[in-house]
Amino acid sequence: MNRASLIFAALLAVLVPFSLLAGRVWVLPLADGPPNYALILAELRAPRAVLAIVIGAGLGAAGAAMQGYLRNPLADPGLFGIAPMAALGAVASFWLGALVPPALAAWSLPLLALTGAGLGMAALALIAGRTSSDAAGGAGGGIALFTLAGLMLASLAGALTALAITLAPNPFALSEIVMWLNGALTDRSWREVALAAPLTLAGIGVLALAARSLDALTLGEEAARSLGVEPRRLLVMLVAGVGLTVGAGVAVAGIIGFVGLVVPHLVRPLTDRLPSSLILPSALAGACLVLAADSIVRILPLVTELRLGIALSLIGAPFFGWLLLRMRKGAL
Amino acid sequence: MNLVADHLTLHRGGRPVVAGISAAFEPGRITAIVGPNGAGKSSLLLGLAGLLEASDGAVTLGGESLARLHPRLRAQAIGYLPQSPDIAWDVAVEALVALGRLPWRDRGTTAIEAAVAVLDLEALRHRPVSQLSGGERARVLLARVLAGEPRWILADEPLAALDLAHQLALVSHLKACAAAGQGVVVVLHDLAIAMNNADHVLVLKDGRVAAAGAPREALTPQIIAHVWGVTAQWLGEPGRLGLVTGV
Repeated sequence: MNRASLIFAALLAVLVPFSLLAGRVWVLPLADGPPNYALILAELRAPRAVLAIVIGAGLGAAGAAMQGYLRNPLADPGLFGIAPMAALGAVASFWLGALVPPALAAWSLPLLALTGAGLGMAALALIAGRTSSDAAGGAGGGIALFTLAGLMLASLAGALTALAITLAPNPFALSEIVMWLNGALTDRSWREVALAAPLTLAGIGVLALAARSLDALTLGEEAARSLGVEPRRLLVMLVAGVGLTVGAGVAVAGIIGFVGLVVPHLVRPLTDRLPSSLILPSALAGACLVLAADSIVRILPLVTELRLGIALSLIGAPFFGWLLLRMRKGAL
Repeated sequence: MNLVADHLTLHRGGRPVVAGISAAFEPGRITAIVGPNGAGKSSLLLGLAGLLEASDGAVTLGGESLARLHPRLRAQAIGYLPQSPDIAWDVAVEALVALGRLPWRDRGTTAIEAAVAVLDLEALRHRPVSQLSGGERARVLLARVLAGEPRWILADEPLAALDLAHQLALVSHLKACAAAGQGVVVVLHDLAIAMNNADHVLVLKDGRVAAAGAPREALTPQIIAHVWGVTAQWLGEPGRLGLVTGV
């Protein structure tokens, strides 16, 4: 565990109690709380906090791995098109809901979102087989071509999602879809935790296994291969790791942008800057960011709760602009 | 343990770049690969490193096909130094050198310390790579290869972008590696450096071997005229020869 991990683990330890207590109704440990505070804590605040941690950790780790893989500090887990594919699956559930067996009805949205993520991963794996070659010396096009393919998948999924929205059967469904796309953790329960946590943890585990190969890419693809890295294997691990973390996140919380982009930048100066040193602390920092943001949207004095996805993009977009300006000055 | 190219043919982007080259490389000496631009020097080096799949023929290491060797074992045996690579992250010198241990999956403290000492990087070890001069950067990149303790060092134009003093310093490091028993294969553009420092020279033209042998046999004015189309002659004393060109 490096210094950055300790810092963000400590921050998380402070944020967890804050998040449990904060909200429209404050639960104060020493004062007389509302009569049902035990229920609020156990069934509302706790699962929501755990889910924020799980999703933030997944997005942070995926972002760190993507930036390492693409050797580009502007890379984001969304680049591979897995999040838009998961969103497309979720939107499809508003249409296909009637076809799902009643026993699974409550699960139709997350399951279809996971199916979308899985289809996205399969498409990427097929493309990967054609673009990356272990011995072709870049003849297959390598990382750049693969990333472009991911972007195509993202636009296709985005267009299909927009199509589904314009063809929405009624205004109620339309507003439900749009609301859902702007990710949120409102009213999530242990059920969502049980679905997302194992998948996300598995994804982070896969990314951690790929970490040292990502380090080798620091010197370029050929040098990495000369160090024994097998490009196709690395790509499969990355697609699996990013797919599991991002897919699980979208399935239970909708699209939450910018965490994967922003978090590695907060963490990098605290580490030796190698991708392998970033993955664990980025997971912890992502957990902190989403947990803090989710607590803040709960206590903002607005008529309706600000959607978490919107809040994070409100922070993320200006940060992205600032980052671009800083890179122009060559400070990165 | 010899590194041997056996009727090696390589394609890049569907085009043949190395056409049936056979050559044997011996450990303990420096082999220079020279030739005009586009002669296939870098491709041949990639092929020898096992990083470019042979479309025909094979590369063998100690009699075993390189293509059938596990990538990690191959990486332990052959260190490859690409031509002035971009370093994606602004890591410290020490962390960059330590990347050389990846094929061994160990901390390799002794090997890293040895590489840092040999290339005189002690004072730079905590410096970010963005703050290195060209000469320091070249030393750090070579140290990364040495940290992996490979039996073979394959370097693609390691002297490009270095000034004269740093070129000579890097050549003397490579000579020390060869003296220590490692095999060194290096792509060079500067024929005088090849002439004065290599033990063996391979002259390539259009993906084929135009001449091979000791520097004095492989780099004669006749061969230079044939391969580069340049009239040239060697002046000076053996070991310190200079190439004078002119029409």
